[in-house]
Parts: sequence; C-alpha cells; structure tokens
Amino acid sequence: MANGKKKANNNTGTMSGSEILIKALSDQGVTRIFGYPGGAVLPLYDAMHQQNSIKHILVRQEGGAVHAAEGYARSTGEVGVVLVTSGPGATNAVTGLTDAMMDSIPLVCITGQVPTHLIGNDAFQECDTTGITRPCTKHNYLVKKVEDLAHVVHEAFHVARSGRPGPVVIDLPKDVAMAIGAYLAPDKIEHKNYAPQVKGDASAIKEAVALMAGAKKPIFYCGGGVINSGPKASKLLTELVHTSGYPCTLTLMGLGAYPASDPQFLGMLGMHGTYEANLAMHDCDVMVCVGARFDDRITGVLSKFSPNSKKIHIDIDPSSINKNVKVDVPIVGDVANVLEDMIKQWKASNAKPDQKALKAWWKQIDEWRAKDCLKYVQSGDIIKPQYAIQRLYEATKNLDEVYITTEVGQHQMWAAQFYGFEKPNHWMTSGGLGTMGYGLPAAVGAQVAHPDALVIDIAGEASILMNIQEMSTIAQYRLPVKVFILNNEYMGMVRQWQELLHGGRYAESYMESLPDFEMLAESFGAVGLRADKAGDLDGMIQEMLKTDKAVIADVRVEKLESCYPMIPSGAAHNDMLLGPEDEANKPISEDGMVLV
Amino acid sequence: MTPIEETENTHTIAVLVDNEPGVLARVIGLFSGRGYNIDSLTVAEVRARRHQSRITIVTTGTPMIIEQIKAQLGRLVPVHSVSDLTLEGPHVERELALVKVAGTGEKRVESLRIADIFRARVLDSTNESFVFEIVGDTGKLNAFVDLMRPLGLVDVSRTGVVAIARGAEAL
Repeated sequence: MANGKKKANNNTGTMSGSEILIKALSDQGVTRIFGYPGGAVLPLYDAMHQQNSIKHILVRQEGGAVHAAEGYARSTGEVGVVLVTSGPGATNAVTGLTDAMMDSIPLVCITGQVPTHLIGNDAFQECDTTGITRPCTKHNYLVKKVEDLAHVVHEAFHVARSGRPGPVVIDLPKDVAMAIGAYLAPDKIEHKNYAPQVKGDASAIKEAVALMAGAKKPIFYCGGGVINSGPKASKLLTELVHTSGYPCTLTLMGLGAYPASDPQFLGMLGMHGTYEANLAMHDCDVMVCVGARFDDRITGVLSKFSPNSKKIHIDIDPSSINKNVKVDVPIVGDVANVLEDMIKQWKASNAKPDQKALKAWWKQIDEWRAKDCLKYVQSGDIIKPQYAIQRLYEATKNLDEVYITTEVGQHQMWAAQFYGFEKPNHWMTSGGLGTMGYGLPAAVGAQVAHPDALVIDIAGEASILMNIQEMSTIAQYRLPVKVFILNNEYMGMVRQWQELLHGGRYAESYMESLPDFEMLAESFGAVGLRADKAGDLDGMIQEMLKTDKAVIADVRVEKLESCYPMIPSGAAHNDMLLGPEDEANKPISEDGMVLV
Repeated sequence: MTPIEETENTHTIAVLVDNEPGVLARVIGLFSGRGYNIDSLTVAEVRARRHQSRITIVTTGTPMIIEQIKAQLGRLVPVHSVSDLTLEGPHVERELALVKVAGTGEKRVESLRIADIFRARVLDSTNESFVFEIVGDTGKLNAFVDLMRPLGLVDVSRTGVVAIARGAEAL
C-alpha cells in the first residue's frame, strides 16, 4: 500500500476511517466533542479540521474532557462525546469513565490506538485500552477493520443511550482511521440481542398499585433513574405523587426530578439527608423506589433499613433489583413508561388511600420536620457555609435557567441541602464515584451546551485544585462559568470524619499553600472576587452574577463547620446525628469505623 | 426486612454469548470484580454460523448472590441468554478428565482394574504409566482421582463441567 495508497472517493461512497467516524457522529446528532489531540488521533483531528458540523472543545487534560462530556450529557439528556489519544490519553479518561458508569451517564469516548500491527508490542503510547476500560464502561470496542467502523459507532450510541445509560469506549487504531472503506447509515443498524426491557410487567404494576393504595405510611424514594428516563418521567412522577398525596424524597442523583418547593417533598435522604426523609424511610409501611438503587449512602446499615415496609422497586436494570435490599414487588422497565402505566392503573382501579391514616402519617412527618434539622445560626462576621449557599440560592432562584455543578465533599452536601431544584437536568454532581475535580469541567460541558444560561460550579478549595487547569479551557471559549468556592482551608469532609472517628487528628487534611484565588482568576482572564464577612456576601454574589465573564468567587467560610444531619457509618436511619452535640451520645461502632 | 438467606448453593449456569474478542474476559472480570466464586468454567463455540459460544459456569452463592450473578451476566451487551440449569428443571452434567498414573507391579494392575470399574479408557501407556480418560459428573471424577492417589497419581487435567437441559427444548 506504500505507493498505491487509495484515496477516498465520494462518488463511490468510500472514505477514510476518520471521515467515516465524523460522518457517523454527525448522523448521530453530535455537534460538540470534548477532547485532546495526540499522535494516534491525528488523522481524526485532520478530518475534523475540514468540516463544520462538529465543534471540538479543547480541554487541558483528558480527565476534564470526560467530565465536561458528562456535564454536557446530564444537562441536555443527550450522549456526551469524548475524543482522546492512545496510552496516557486513554488512561487519563478512566476516572471520568468510571464516574459516568457509576452515575449512569451516556457517553461515547473515542480513544486513539497504535496501528493494528503494533498492538501488543509495547509501542509508544500504547496501552490495553479495552482491557483497562472493560470494568468501567457499559461496553467497549476495538475496531480492527475499517468496514466495521460505521456499524460500531452507531451501535455504541445505541448502547450508551438506551436501557440504563452508561459510557461506551471505541478504541480506534491509527491505521484503521486512515484506511479506506464504505459508510453505513444509522438506519441500517440493528443490534442482535441488546434490547433492554422498557415496558413494565402489567401484573406487577397492578400488584404495586394495590399495595400503594392500601398503604398507611407510604413514601416515594426516587433517584437519578427518573432523570435519565427524560423530563416526561419527572412530570409523571409529580403527577403520581400529587394524585396519591404521598410524601416524596430524592437521592443526591435524583434532585430536580421532583420540585423542591413542593410541600410533599421531604428533601434529600441518606447520609446527609433530612431528618424527616430518613425517619419516614425508616417508619414507612410501603416504599416506592423509582429509579434508585439502595446505595449504601442511602440505606445506612442494611440490617436496620426500613424494617417494616413492603418495597416496590422500579428500575430498568434488573441487576439493581434485590442487589442490596430484598424487595417485594420488582418492576423492570423504563421509569416514564412504568409510571404512565401506574397512573392509568391507579385511576382505573379507583384507588382511594386511607385518608385518616395518611393524615396521621403527615402529622408524624410534620413533627419530624419541626426538628428543623438543617438549621444553623449565622451570627457575627464569619460566613457559615450553609448561609453562603442559601444566599446564592435566593439570588438565583428566580432566574430562567441555572445549572449547578459541584465538586465532592461538604460543599456538595450543603449545595444539595440548601439549593432547591425545581426541574430535572439542572444539577450535576458526582454521586456514585465521588470524584473531586468533577465540577469545573462539568460546568464547562453544561455551559457549552447552554451558552446563555447561568452555570455555577459550587466548589471547595481542595476539589477545585484537582482540575483547575480547565480554567484555561474556560478562557479559550469565553465561557462565563461562575466558580463559587466555599473556602474553609480544609478538605472539609475528611476533616469532619477525622473528628468523628480519629480523635480529631487532622492527618494531611489541612490545605497548606493555597493559591490566591483572585489572582488565579485574573491569570486566566477571569474575574476574581472574595467575601470574608457575612455582610459582604450578598454584594459579592450580585457582582458575580452581573459579570459576563468567568468568575472565581472565594468565599471564606467558617473553618470547622461540619455537615449535619448525618447518619454515621454503621448506623440506621433513625439514629441520626443532628449536630455536634449529638456525637458524644452516639459513639460510632467498630463495625462502622471500617465503612467508608 | 426479610432476613437474607445465608445458605450457599451450587448452581450451573449456561450463558450464550457472541463469540467476539474479549467476551470471556468480560465474564471472568465480572466474577472477579464483584467477588463471585467460579468453581468451574468452560467455553467453546457452539453455533459457528451465528458466531455464538456457550459458557458453562458452576458457581456457589446465596440465592441473592446467584440472582445477582445472573442479572449481571444478562446486562453484558454480547450476552444472548442466561439460564440457571439448576433451577430451571432437570439437566445432565458431564466432565472429562485425563488422569496420569505412574507405577509398576501390583499398583499398576490395581489402577487398571479400578479404571475398568469406572469405565475409564486407557489413552496412553508406557511401561511405568497410564493416561486414563474418564467421563462423568464431577462426583464420579473426584472419586476416581481419589482412588488413583495411592496408586501413583502424578497429573490430572479436567475440562470443567458442561451441562444441558433434559428434554426437547433448546436454550
């Protein structure tokens, strides 16, 4: 092939592998790709350079590309697309892929690979990408022949977005990208056997509705699956919750699936969830789990989890059912589809919940609510972190479109507790994997998808430094992302656990040598702001909101504030710590110590 | 909450997969990654025209774990079907072993006699060794190997279990 190198010929429908890839992406509706070039993907970048339908966003590290694609995907409901090179490009992407796997975010990640004849030779920038990413992707492909490429790309999108969404990797050797082959349009693709069950079993739905209608102390416990199912699922959920008059709680991943301002909403549940949500979970007699997975952050100690309830579980992934908690009525199917059938069944069966029992249940819930578990006292000059989030919420809640991303730690929990989400797809956080450094690149992705919206990364001073290089991406594309740092000079959650479990010995959790965030912002062409006193906070927030450039707001908050309420490791829902004064009364068991 | 049943049982699971690169790694990676047991695993292409292989896995776990294993296998993209032969009705299981026994004199004769009782065949013979081929269920093979131990057992190679449901139905 040295001399007689074939050229792509559009008349005969043949093109290079790179052109096939671009065409396939374009036919899949892709308009934005997050990536970073390198030797093995040069032909792809060359092909991309010669077209206009797909815009490439150059990040500053491949890990940032994946999180940006996650932010893009989560805020649009579409598949996020990543393009990175072989070897280190692929390995840098692994954290983001694992993050997307844990949180069920649809991604297609194209990784370059050394040419096929060098695979297995320890070539320069070679790694076993499909081997490394096998456990952290929903599926992956190594394309060895250009004839397979179009089919693989279309199938990858189908796998990424259908069923329980997740990341898919396409490993593309450089020689395949340069070889000449034929294109295949997406409508000609059919997968042999991958067909997730979308419609719920009718008899199970009937049984579930009968169980719900007879409940005396019911609760809806809903998660990220509602959001993944699409905006319609949130509408249907709200309708069903309203029709039934039952209380509803959401997981961290589910925030926005049900309006936070609704009186039937009990707040988030779980380790840092509200007292009323967790107590209602513990005491309920019928639990309707919709698109959530009984994660250990939700259940607390399994042996004491909601001991007296019948459980209904709606999930598109059969492997989520009966994984941690045995349920009574499993329904495998897409949330929107199943909820629609449930509402029909509820109406058809003329379900009449026991109003007297329900009234008593709400009375009980109101008593728990009266504990006011999220209360804090803002007095004096020092800014309480909760107050900072609350003021941010007050200042932005009436704006049209606000997208919030977070990093991981105390600030993330405070954001979840104090920022109210009325709509799905406006809250992006790393739930399952808990990836510090997620929020800034995710904000890049959300801002790229919604150029005119307000995008805020609520961050901690430790997390933000994990992907701070993406400030350069923000500068390049003039993205007006706002970074709202709750700066307590500690890895706050680590410090809190050290206090709780390790005698307050703060091993390596103090953040030494922090940058001057205002100067840091300026060096990236952004605006740096700072608030030291409670009285300065509102003014700083207003200043941030009216700045049309990127902003880093350094909010100096109370250094030793801990995040409450909290279900300590190894404890049950009804064994919450409501504040520091509770810690002494409820020492953590040795079993709890080993948990994370 | 219903108490988790703690009794562990052994199940034989048949999995029909696309015979594509990495599919066995996916299955094995799932077991090691999630801490499930593999007592035995066999794989071979069974439907050449459709490029499908059949994997037979013998695994041990509580009912909840076995259910998880099947659900996790079922969601792998190249997996066509997952059948729990142990639960789904009567099935037959067979395993093949090659057993090498070295020795002379009375022990050599005794090994041949036992092989005869077990319907094992002699595949190879030298003046001081035999290689027996024996087919049967896992228990029979274990018994044969145990009997050969004092008679000069030097090497064993086993295929692992293959299994198929009784009756006229296909997987």
